[in-house]
Amino acid sequence: MIEFKGVSKRYPGGVEALKDVSFQIPRGEMLFLTGRSGAGKSTLLRLIMMMERPSSGQIQVNGHHLNRLPARRIPLLRREIGVVFQNHQLLLDRTVFDNVALPLMILGYQPREIGRRVRAALDKVGLLNKEKAKPVTLSGGEQQRVGIARAVVHKPPVLLADEPTGNLDPELSGEVMRLFEQFNQVGVTVLIASHDLGLIARMPHRLLTLRDGGLLRGVGPVGEEPEHA
Amino acid sequence: MLKDSMIKAAATSGKSAKDDVLRADVRKSAASPRRISLRDRLASYGLHHRQVAGESLMRMLRNPLGSLATWLVIGIALALPGSLYVALDNLAQLSTAWDGAPQMSLFLRQGTEEAAGKALSERLGRRADVARAQYVSREQALAEFRQLSGFGEVLDHLDDNPLPAVILVRPKAGEQDAAAVQRLFEEVKALPEVDKAVLDLQWVERLYAMLDIGRRIALGLALMLGLGVLLVIGNTIRLAIESRRDEILVVKLVGGTDAFVRRPFLYTGIWFGLGGGAVACLILSLGLSWLGNPVAHLADLYASQFSLHGLDIRHIALLLLCAVGLGWLGAWLSVGRHLGAIQPR
Repeated sequence: MIEFKGVSKRYPGGVEALKDVSFQIPRGEMLFLTGRSGAGKSTLLRLIMMMERPSSGQIQVNGHHLNRLPARRIPLLRREIGVVFQNHQLLLDRTVFDNVALPLMILGYQPREIGRRVRAALDKVGLLNKEKAKPVTLSGGEQQRVGIARAVVHKPPVLLADEPTGNLDPELSGEVMRLFEQFNQVGVTVLIASHDLGLIARMPHRLLTLRDGGLLRGVGPVGEEPEHA
Repeated sequence: MLKDSMIKAAATSGKSAKDDVLRADVRKSAASPRRISLRDRLASYGLHHRQVAGESLMRMLRNPLGSLATWLVIGIALALPGSLYVALDNLAQLSTAWDGAPQMSLFLRQGTEEAAGKALSERLGRRADVARAQYVSREQALAEFRQLSGFGEVLDHLDDNPLPAVILVRPKAGEQDAAAVQRLFEEVKALPEVDKAVLDLQWVERLYAMLDIGRRIALGLALMLGLGVLLVIGNTIRLAIESRRDEILVVKLVGGTDAFVRRPFLYTGIWFGLGGGAVACLILSLGLSWLGNPVAHLADLYASQFSLHGLDIRHIALLLLCAVGLGWLGAWLSVGRHLGAIQPR
């Protein structure tokens, strides 16, 4: 589903954010991307989203060869990827419903279908009663869950999350992680960047660990393959 | 494999509606619009246009003072060349009331018999290069003068009719054949019965020359002020883009195309143009009705049937169309310049 082959990313000024990174994520897997701040986690996610292009190497996402994807097709790639941001990136002047409906409007769904899907997604994250609220009136955990609903409302085959529990207390973090696992159970490929090692250690998923831009194999608190879970 | 069995388990047990809604479509391009029928997509495309048009209008009306200022600026900028155009249109009407062809007035010598004058008129009328010749007797001339000049009472104090008989000659050649007209004029001027001949051509030529200059000035003014309108709208749209930066970023992140991002701003430009065009129409109609009475009075003094042409529906439509076009173009240029710079970082 996601494949990196010898991917490097150098920024102008000589900073090398990723060095010769290669890995493969099969369809339907859920895994964590860990490493210290500045190890390259965000860069890796941004490369998948085509917010940046690699300096060298090949990236494939859901059958798209990103090196060969022209700029005008980037929106089509992004529609196949749901993203959850640490700072949730909600539109503060729109209601929760409108925020979650945005990907569906972009895809051109009919209003009735949009209503049905948005409510299903909000129901899934437990916020069905908040659809008319503005995001500022919600707590941090609720805002994050609205972000998750928006990321999955159009049923993308890939779900990325960048420090989704960064601003949450342990209890809420656990809840959010359980949500991700539920999506994974219905077939979504999930990649979560997180440095919350304590939380990750309790979950039976493969780890990709970055250190100084390079990928460490079999290193980390949970080194096992998911088969052992 | 545990993972596989988990997926299977989920597939068999988790049949509730919400799970179904959230189930990833494992086929490639699961979320691509190809899965939605073309008709639905067209319908929702149209719906989105209507929504965006309405939304951008509401956004504009929520800030009435700012929008009004922009509308006024655009309206005044458009009203200037517009009023010049209307003025020229009315001046051109002066000459077309006269159907463009020149006319000669041949004043006959005092003492020419009426029969002789009529015979001359008929002879002239039969010439190949004359369209029409009309004899105006001294009495007719007097009656006309009395009616039109406003000096009727003065005439009552005269014992004798001072006016000569006139033959009005209209040449066949149009204004484009000035040389032929000139030749005819020289010929009839030399006739023994003719005391004096006047060719009413020069003032038309001068008027046309002035109209031509005026039209160029109007066009130049329109181009310059149109450019000004483009800049005003471009700048307004730039501010709108800046104030909605976060929204643009989010839309781009969840897969909105450039066209999708551009759309609300293009509609904003169209609304600014339409509002400005309406203001321009209002200014022009007010100006015309303000000038209408004095102009009618002046025309009366000249004994003319002339009256100010107002804006007809074609002019209004043209003005609004230009305004909307300028609004759209200004927005498009501005969006093209500033939207590309906003990329998710």
